[in-house]
Amino acid sequence: MQKIAIRVDDLTVAYNYKPVLWDIDLEVPESVLMAIVGPNGAGKSTLIKSILGIIEPIAGSVSIYGKPYDKQRKLVAYVPQKGSVDWDFPTTALDVVMMGTYGRLGWIKRPRSKEKKASLEALEKVGMLPFKGRQISKLSGGQQQRVFLARALVQNASIYFMDEPFQGVDATTEIAIINILKELRKAGKTVIVVHHDLQTVPEYFDWVTFLNVKKIATGPVKDIFNDDNLTKTYGINYKVAVNK
Amino acid sequence: MELSEYFSQLFSDYTLRTITLGTAILGAICGMLGSFAVLRKQSLLGDAISHAALPGIAIGFLIREYQIDPLEKVSVLGRVFNKIVTVIQWVLDLFGGGTNTLLIGALISGVLGTFLIRGIINRTHLKTDTALGLVLSLFFGFGILLLTFIQKQPNANQAGLDKYLFGQAATLVESDVILMASVTGVCLVILLLFWKEFKILLFDADYTKTLGFNTRFIDILITFFIVLAIVLGLQTVGVVLMSAMLLAPAAAARQWTNKLSVMIVLAAIFGAFSGVFGTAISASQNNLSTGPVIVLVTGVFVAFSFIFSPGRGILFKQIRVYKNRRDLKLQKTLQFMFDIAKMHNDISHPHAIKILNNFQGYTRGTLKELEEKEWVAVQGQKWSMTEKGYDAAANLYNTN
Ligand SMILES: Nc1ncnc2c1ncn2[C@@H]1O[C@H](COP(=O)(O)OP(=O)(O)OP(=O)(O)O)[C@@H](O)[C@H]1O
Ligand SMILES: [Mg+2]
Repeated sequence: MQKIAIRVDDLTVAYNYKPVLWDIDLEVPESVLMAIVGPNGAGKSTLIKSILGIIEPIAGSVSIYGKPYDKQRKLVAYVPQKGSVDWDFPTTALDVVMMGTYGRLGWIKRPRSKEKKASLEALEKVGMLPFKGRQISKLSGGQQQRVFLARALVQNASIYFMDEPFQGVDATTEIAIINILKELRKAGKTVIVVHHDLQTVPEYFDWVTFLNVKKIATGPVKDIFNDDNLTKTYGINYKVAVNK
Repeated sequence: MELSEYFSQLFSDYTLRTITLGTAILGAICGMLGSFAVLRKQSLLGDAISHAALPGIAIGFLIREYQIDPLEKVSVLGRVFNKIVTVIQWVLDLFGGGTNTLLIGALISGVLGTFLIRGIINRTHLKTDTALGLVLSLFFGFGILLLTFIQKQPNANQAGLDKYLFGQAATLVESDVILMASVTGVCLVILLLFWKEFKILLFDADYTKTLGFNTRFIDILITFFIVLAIVLGLQTVGVVLMSAMLLAPAAAARQWTNKLSVMIVLAAIFGAFSGVFGTAISASQNNLSTGPVIVLVTGVFVAFSFIFSPGRGILFKQIRVYKNRRDLKLQKTLQFMFDIAKMHNDISHPHAIKILNNFQGYTRGTLKELEEKEWVAVQGQKWSMTEKGYDAAANLYNTN
């Protein structure tokens, strides 16, 4: 049996009084490519943010490879939803990617040539090397998304959380990104992706979690990606042409 | 006094030098920290903090001026109160007394205001701007109340309290400037030390948290220095316009660069110049309140930057749009000519200029420009394409 990479117990989160996540239990095995699906407002971003300690949950705990998340931060990388930052910030693509090295550096220490080299390699991997010196506001949406991906890659983590990395990217970029993610999985990494396009779930992912405030189901795509779970999650009588 | 006279006396007149140095340092630190406020979209924070400092100044003044009348018979409670005030006065004297007492008051109420704002945002459903507005008006109202109360006191030495509303740089003395310089120095060291942490927090706070940095610590550090800068600037600029001193140089600097470090340095320079020129102008015009004059000078920087900066300025943007349009028109005309020329075996076969009239992009100007580039040759009423023009046209759409 595979090792458990992420384990979430009894996680409950509320912004105000109404719970946004209710009593979530989740186990994600190592080396899977998992989609989190659910309607708008289902709490997908919130789930990732509370696993990563950005939002404080009301109850529950998170462990990464059997130890509390706090002790395992260096194993985890994060790609936020693209709209969460101000892209007019005065900085370049390379600079943003370099931020991925800050965690390992720790306080005060500055990135040096080693960090720069790693960042350039990450940019190369996502095909953004020609844009390294470009001010980030002058990148297209898909290019910005790739810069964010490069920033996570340079963290050289074991587990990657990505919030809608395909938002606003064209078909070519989407395939380029998914290939990178598949490569990561092959290298034994665990990748968790908030995903909206249900049609592509069976093609891209091998693991899936249905979420709508509560966890509806989690498991291998081939076993649980069916109309029943989709209907439970999305409310309406959902019929997808699931091509297995 | 004329402005030029002011500057010529700068080197001989000790007082003028002190004031100029003080306002320069103040402008610099405000510009620097203002960049943080602008980039974090916390423009209103400075406004709230500076207004929140006013009651602190008034209370500081009341404590400093409080005199115990030894003949007066007072109750036990009164005696306890007297003792407390004496102790506070004694502590404050350790910090130099005088103006510093008022500044410490300002610092305390500024910090209190900041905590209150955070508390309101964290514990209620109120939005940030509501919390800022609430604290700003509550504290400012209370401060004005206290000022009015002080002005009504017959024996109080009230000279100079109103300078905290609109600022009076002329009252700066050497010790003020030394204090400003020390705080700026410490702030600079911290800025350099935590540069990478500040930068990443400004850009992406959530991400910073996931990397294991204590974002609250960085955040409090930034905010604390903003409060300090504001408090130091109150005497010179006044509570009402202090926020402009923070925001304007930073907003102007943003126009000129896409690099954070350059932006901060530029903001510091703009701030320093605004401080110096503002003070000079106000001093040469019968000591007008310094705050408004400095703010007007920063306004000039902002206006100039928004119009003339090469990257983001309105003017150059407009020029670029115009130039692009013209280039496109030229290219379209060339393309049209190319299509005609292609139909002949001999590309330099002359054609009548008349046939161009059917084409929308064509003007006499474009033809002339094409001729200058040696892409076409014009002879009388005929034009013909050159070798060079043919190549240029053939490559027009291959160069994406
Ligand atoms: N900062 C916040 N304050 C209050 N409520 C919030 C906040 N952020 C999210 N919510 C609420 O929490 C719920 C879950 O939001 P979340 O962003 O996690 O949804 P999501 O599944 O990521 O949606 P989407 O598909 O639109 O990205 C929503 O009802 C939303 O209104
Ligand atoms: Mg979301």
